[in-house]
Amino acid sequence: MTQAATPAGPAAPAAAPPAVAPPGAVPPARARWLPAGNPLKAAFFLTLLVGLSVLFLYPFIWTVSASLKPREDVFDNRLIPATWHPSNYVDVWHAAPVARWFVNSMYIGFLASFTVTISSGLVAFAFAYFRFPLRNFLFGCVLATMMLPGAVTMIPVYLIWNHLHLVNTQYPLWMGNLFASPFYVFLLRQFFLGIPRELFEAARMDGDNYWTMFWRIAAPLAKPALIVTFVFEFVASWRDLLKPLIYLRDDQLYTIPRGLFVLLGQYGPSAGGEGDWQIIIAATVVATLPMIVIFFLGQRYFVEGIAAQGRKG
Amino acid sequence: MVASFILSLTDYDIISSTQYVGFENYRQLFDDPQVSLAIRNTLFYTALSVPLTMIISLGLAMMLARVGRAAGIFRTIFYMPVMTPLVAVGVLYLLLFNGDFGLINRALELIHVKGPYWTSDPHWIKPGLVLIALWAVGSNVVIYLAALTGVPQQLYDAAAMDGAGRWRRFKDVTLPMISPALFFTFIILTIAGLQTFEQVYTAFFNANTPTGNDAALFYVIYLFQQAFTYLHMGYASALAWLLFLIIAIVTAVQIVLSRRFVYYEGER
Repeated sequence: MTQAATPAGPAAPAAAPPAVAPPGAVPPARARWLPAGNPLKAAFFLTLLVGLSVLFLYPFIWTVSASLKPREDVFDNRLIPATWHPSNYVDVWHAAPVARWFVNSMYIGFLASFTVTISSGLVAFAFAYFRFPLRNFLFGCVLATMMLPGAVTMIPVYLIWNHLHLVNTQYPLWMGNLFASPFYVFLLRQFFLGIPRELFEAARMDGDNYWTMFWRIAAPLAKPALIVTFVFEFVASWRDLLKPLIYLRDDQLYTIPRGLFVLLGQYGPSAGGEGDWQIIIAATVVATLPMIVIFFLGQRYFVEGIAAQGRKG
Repeated sequence: MVASFILSLTDYDIISSTQYVGFENYRQLFDDPQVSLAIRNTLFYTALSVPLTMIISLGLAMMLARVGRAAGIFRTIFYMPVMTPLVAVGVLYLLLFNGDFGLINRALELIHVKGPYWTSDPHWIKPGLVLIALWAVGSNVVIYLAALTGVPQQLYDAAAMDGAGRWRRFKDVTLPMISPALFFTFIILTIAGLQTFEQVYTAFFNANTPTGNDAALFYVIYLFQQAFTYLHMGYASALAWLLFLIIAIVTAVQIVLSRRFVYYEGER
């Protein structure tokens, strides 16, 4: 937020040459990455962390295991099912068009992340490279919209889609991304600013126009940041329930979370009964598993993206 | 935004024609017992979940900072719940916190504590929701860990040289140095907490519980119901504006407070 240093802080101007940087600003010591000091202490923390990890992982293990149990054993809390009952997954298949929802989620997720990556990339490039009047003011406006709570804009946005007669279609779930998204614009702009301007000047000498400059120089160099944008948006789109709740009525159009919500209503424990939890749990696994897979494939990018969020604070 | 404000002055319901009603919607806000209930629920939840999330993430991050390379594995594990769709979190909440068979109460039985009916006892619904929210502290842990590894070792050495004990080093070196990250998450968590919707809506407002549960009526849930269940678009816009005001005031207070506590290094 505010960049001003507190009175107590070393008030070095941002443009100061590195030589006069305060001693505190030495680049973070890499050595700290290896445990310093008492190995016994490190062992103690390791044990504690292993215990905590079990606590964090347990709900996953419990869910996967419960999804493989017959109806009456779901709550027996055994880790290994006493009776294996993988046909829950077949039942889910018959209970609802889960495959369809899965494909819908994939398709919307892909479109949403693809459009937001391209559009935010272009906007960010413009803010990073061009110098035009009111640039900082306009960039401030873009950032200000980031502060606008989603719940507040929900209704006007709905009315726009309603006006376009696109409610109960999947377009509202991704098309808005054509107009870029402030958080990604911010992230990508930081990245583009790190690219030496001389590269672009040289490209211009070689006859590149702005468009080819973006595609041939900026985009390849900013690939890690573009991938961060893509995976973040994919995950956000996959997890979203609110928008599908608002815009999708027809169950053939549902995404996985939207479908899971309906399944919970259908098979959950209605007053008195115990419900068919095994069906719901199997669907929960289907909804969660792809995210876990994506996370393991793109872990590096998640950690980078999140840490970058903190740094801008 | 502006559209939303104009709308909040009308009784728009999509189907019939729109009437200008002036500030009627806003007056109604103050007479609606559901609104004050939703505000109380939401504030209670936020006030409980934000500090707990921050303290627990900081604790985890500090532990991670001490175990060297192994931190990567644990960071992955702690981050995994963040990836879980919130609908799934809502389902898990119903399962794990079930009063009779849920894992949590079974575990409490082992130490001879009779667990409450988390999912139906109005006094325990919000604490239970806070607990399940704490499961997803992972992204905060990652932010704090990045901030902690950025604190120069020399500062600790110098502080130790001056005779600062462990607590002093934490209070006078660690906290000021990571205060920008703390401040950032404080604001973000608060804004997110005030807008809590998906997991609560899943758990308490699915087709089996059409009337919902008063103790779980969060602000955005009420807003959503007014707008998309009852199609009271005008009234819902007024609700949205009130939410915006609340968030703006809370954030402004936080920023003013932060002037005193947050330390920015000269260059960033």
